[in-house]
Amino acid sequence: MGEVIVVTSGKGGVGKTTTTANVGTGLAKLDKKVVLIDTDIGLRNLDVVMGLENRIVYNLVDVIEGNCRIKQALIKDKRYNNLYLLPSAQTRDKTAVTPDEMKQLCDQLRDDFDYVIMDCPAGIEQGFRNAIAGADRALVVTTPEVSAVRDADRIVGLLEANEMKKTQLIVNRLRMDMVARGDMMSSQDVVDILAIDLIGIVPDDENIVVSTNNGEPLVGGDSLAGQAYMNICKRIAGEEVPFLDLSARKGFFGRLFGRKK
Amino acid sequence: MSFLDIFKKKTVSSSNIAKGRLQLALASDRAGCSPEIMEKIKNDIINVISKYIEIDVAGLDIKIQQTEGENGEGLVPVLFANIPVKEIRRG
Repeated sequence: MGEVIVVTSGKGGVGKTTTTANVGTGLAKLDKKVVLIDTDIGLRNLDVVMGLENRIVYNLVDVIEGNCRIKQALIKDKRYNNLYLLPSAQTRDKTAVTPDEMKQLCDQLRDDFDYVIMDCPAGIEQGFRNAIAGADRALVVTTPEVSAVRDADRIVGLLEANEMKKTQLIVNRLRMDMVARGDMMSSQDVVDILAIDLIGIVPDDENIVVSTNNGEPLVGGDSLAGQAYMNICKRIAGEEVPFLDLSARKGFFGRLFGRKK
Repeated sequence: MSFLDIFKKKTVSSSNIAKGRLQLALASDRAGCSPEIMEKIKNDIINVISKYIEIDVAGLDIKIQQTEGENGEGLVPVLFANIPVKEIRRG
């Protein structure tokens, strides 16, 4: 029976959709059968990040309302035939779906897939409650900024209140040069503040923008972000992988003065 | 303030400032203590203490912050109040 994972953050724009796309694709690369669900009804975008926007026929709301069978709405990925997307509806709003309906859908999908990964909308309203309802595990994405970390803390509190079994942190868009000179909180700072398990550190990487432009997740490639995402996938699958040494790319002076703790 | 203190102040990094500010904000968020409630607590404290001694209301500061617990339980929230007493006039 598969695992249902929700990717959430509270604050918008910290990389939930990019994370969902890369973690899903990475798990597919590891030969897992994966389905991604865009739960952001009305603001659909996981399809464009995956490069599947031209193939949508049915969507999440169609499935919930019984306008089609689940299999009809699932879009097969361009590159991996064990990866599918259930896109969100663009012309409806969050109230079209209830947490109970989402939970039922997740329970149906977990019979057929190793991983069901849900991209949660920003905010803490019904869209969030829908997305977390059926999940076994939550990945909380934050950037090392005060606004994102504060919202992540609120989300962690709400996940606890909803008895989420496992909640893990992804620190996204870390800039080691800024951390080294004391102008950005380190991943350790963020972990100290939020006091939850860390499952991944993703460096700020221009390649992410390029991969999103192309609609092809970069997980598993040579880029630092691609390696970081693949490590997250392996950890999700139960493998123990050390964190990337991001400081290794610092210049001579960076190494000379080391990482202040 | 000594010469060294001036020097120290300049080297506080913005990441440390961010961490400190967040820890304060989250301590009151987690305690469910909104700024409005803190304002009410503050006014009640002023009323109670003013019955007995004269305090500097403008200089009064209360906040929830986190400190290391005494029994090694990690960071625990505490209500911190700094209540300056007005100079006691003699006679």
